[in-house]
Amino acid sequence: MAAAKKSVTKETGQEKGQEKASGAGSPPDFTREQELRALRDMLLIRRFEEKAGQLYGMGAIGGFCHLYIGQEAIVVGMQMALKQGDQVITGYRDHGHMLACGMEANGVMAELTGRQGGYSKGKGGSMHMFSKEKNFFGGHGIVGAQVSLGTGLAFANRYRGNDFVSLAYFGDGASNQGQVYESFNMAELWKLPVIYIIENNRYAMGTSVSRASAQTDFSKRGISFNIPGEQVDGMDVRAVKAAGDKAVAWCRAGKGPFILEMQTYRYRGHSMSDPAKYRTREEVDKVRHDQDPIEQVRNRLLAAKVSEQELKAIDAEVREIVNASADFAQKDPEPDASELYTDIYR
Amino acid sequence: MPIQVLMPALSPTMEKGNLSKWLKKEGEAIKSGDVIAEIETDKATMEVEATDEGTLGKILIPEGTADVAVNTPIATILSDGESADDLGKAPAPAKQEKAAEQAAPAEVRETAKAEAPAAPKAAAVPDPEIPEGTEMVTMTIREALRDAMAEEMRRDADVFVMGEEVAEYQGAYKVTQGLLQEFGAKRVIDTPITEHGFAGIGVGAAMAGLKPIVEFMTFNFAMQAMDQIINSAAKTLYMSGGQMGCSIVFRGPNGAAARVGAQHSQDYSAWYSQVPGLKVIAPFSAADYKGLLKAAIRDPNPVIFLENEMLYGHSGEVPKLDDYVIPIGKARIARSGSHVTIVSWSNGMSYALKAADELAKEGIEAEVIDLRTLRPMDTDTIVASVKKTGRAVTVEEGWQQNGVGAEIAARIMEHAFDYLDAPVGRVSGKDVPMPYAANLEKLALPSVAEVVAAAKAACYR
Repeated sequence: MAAAKKSVTKETGQEKGQEKASGAGSPPDFTREQELRALRDMLLIRRFEEKAGQLYGMGAIGGFCHLYIGQEAIVVGMQMALKQGDQVITGYRDHGHMLACGMEANGVMAELTGRQGGYSKGKGGSMHMFSKEKNFFGGHGIVGAQVSLGTGLAFANRYRGNDFVSLAYFGDGASNQGQVYESFNMAELWKLPVIYIIENNRYAMGTSVSRASAQTDFSKRGISFNIPGEQVDGMDVRAVKAAGDKAVAWCRAGKGPFILEMQTYRYRGHSMSDPAKYRTREEVDKVRHDQDPIEQVRNRLLAAKVSEQELKAIDAEVREIVNASADFAQKDPEPDASELYTDIYR
Repeated sequence: MPIQVLMPALSPTMEKGNLSKWLKKEGEAIKSGDVIAEIETDKATMEVEATDEGTLGKILIPEGTADVAVNTPIATILSDGESADDLGKAPAPAKQEKAAEQAAPAEVRETAKAEAPAAPKAAAVPDPEIPEGTEMVTMTIREALRDAMAEEMRRDADVFVMGEEVAEYQGAYKVTQGLLQEFGAKRVIDTPITEHGFAGIGVGAAMAGLKPIVEFMTFNFAMQAMDQIINSAAKTLYMSGGQMGCSIVFRGPNGAAARVGAQHSQDYSAWYSQVPGLKVIAPFSAADYKGLLKAAIRDPNPVIFLENEMLYGHSGEVPKLDDYVIPIGKARIARSGSHVTIVSWSNGMSYALKAADELAKEGIEAEVIDLRTLRPMDTDTIVASVKKTGRAVTVEEGWQQNGVGAEIAARIMEHAFDYLDAPVGRVSGKDVPMPYAANLEKLALPSVAEVVAAAKAACYR
């Protein structure tokens, strides 16, 4: 088995490098400001998602609700590598991406509860939110669709001759969809500035990667299209940011697409109705204990003599935002009945 | 006996072609496989290879002759021992030879057309969008589509066209002919064979503000891209609370061509016109093809533009206006009458108009409505007509169950029930996958006779 694997690597002769960024020593340190920002942004997502889970349990949120808890370092780290004007698009596990893009917690939570103050006036729901202002292009409920769409965003950048980069996030499950490879082919063919970020959280719903994927190293999924790829420790926000910097530079330089496999883990079920029979409690606890992205930053900050008090202040600020959003999302009225027939055509 | 070389059919829908060049001279030796001539069809320029050996005896159709009907003798090949004196022996139907010798394009065209759907004639009722006294130019529907795209691309740098073979091949059906030369590879983009992928890229580019024209080689292949068309293009404006929509045109030939079998002959009129968020256009006349494609490209919503391969080569009059744009969602009364309303669109209009001619001979004056747009549907025009005639027949090439005809019948029932003097009749494609055999294919499609019969039944005659 090992020999076969080796020969594959040799045969493809990937010049651009199929590197293991995470394996090559620890990533560059963050400044104190970067650590604090990362902590705050990740905490906001964590607390927001916990609150969303609560509201779902109370019946305030309906339908599907996919929580991002455990994966926060990915969107936060990647966002730190972007500049104003870059675009983001993702699938249905999208709350974290929106908060990282700077969308308001109130608007996101009110969309989850289906209220008029939601980002889509309550007409989209958990999986379908957008912000033109923040360059967030959704929020897509069909697994893999966002990969072609994100490639199209990159196409528009190239067509207009600007240097913006499009980030198309998808999971290990979506990685097996056909249109992903159709998009890879055209993206490399036309040198489109798109970063494909594969959030490998080990399970597509209840199907583990090894039960669904012939090639479980997702950074290699672009090899037959000559797209370079890297595996990244998606639990370490510094590693994510470093990989993001490299991929963004590659795209901005006009070299075409780049693949980043973010190795991560979701603590919660696939959705709120997940029976969790496909993995053990111990497995979840171990990741949570050993690799939690937020604890990593907190521990480094404490080691760097940042006071408990300062960290508590961040926590309090985040809780206030989240609580306020939950209040807003439950008090805000449902959309007016007249909204049923708006926004079908423009 | 000298062998006749006949004008070959080089595509399923070819009825005639131009003999652009002879590559062999009279008296020259020919081996099997030699390229002897170049023929320009409605789709491409093709080489004609000899299948027989001998000497090129006589060229019957000189190079540069346009509109040579398929199966017209174009040359004779002499076998060993034969001389030009033997040429008189070549068997040739007198009529064909006459057409060939005179190389009279008009006459050949008439012959070829006899069996084909009628070319759209000038509307019996003038289109209100055309100012009186406007000069009309005769062009094929193919040219009308090309001109519409070219004009819009000149007008707006955000408009581009992408699809399979749209650029260097000049369009699988030559609809995008010349666009690459004028606009370059940046705006006329050949894609790999990957409908799902490039439809999604098109929608993504549209979400970012560009205005793509996505050509499907045929709409049969767009089933691969259905998810992006429906879930991403049609629904995003609504799901985003009005923030993010996409201005995009999906266009290409739809419905039956000729003898291409079940997988290449489906009519998607009913499929797309069911979906809120999409606009669906299916024109018949050359003028409508042009004016409505321009409107589709300018429309800020996703538009499905259903063309018909059988109509591409048909000519019609198009107004010579700087900017001829027809509003989406308005039907056209193609022929006025008072006894029965016939509603159709796209190639269905061929049957409807011919049937109206037949009916007129029997004293029944049919009013023929060309819907042009299927969504939004111009219910008012249909209802107003039915209130006048009291009778209605729908004509479509698609299947009957849940078809557009069923929808039209329901709307007439809802809005003009008290005016109806007879049940609404539906003429449609038969409830079978499209067969290949010529006779069966003909049976599977609507016919003029079926439309006449349905109209007479509605008139109790």
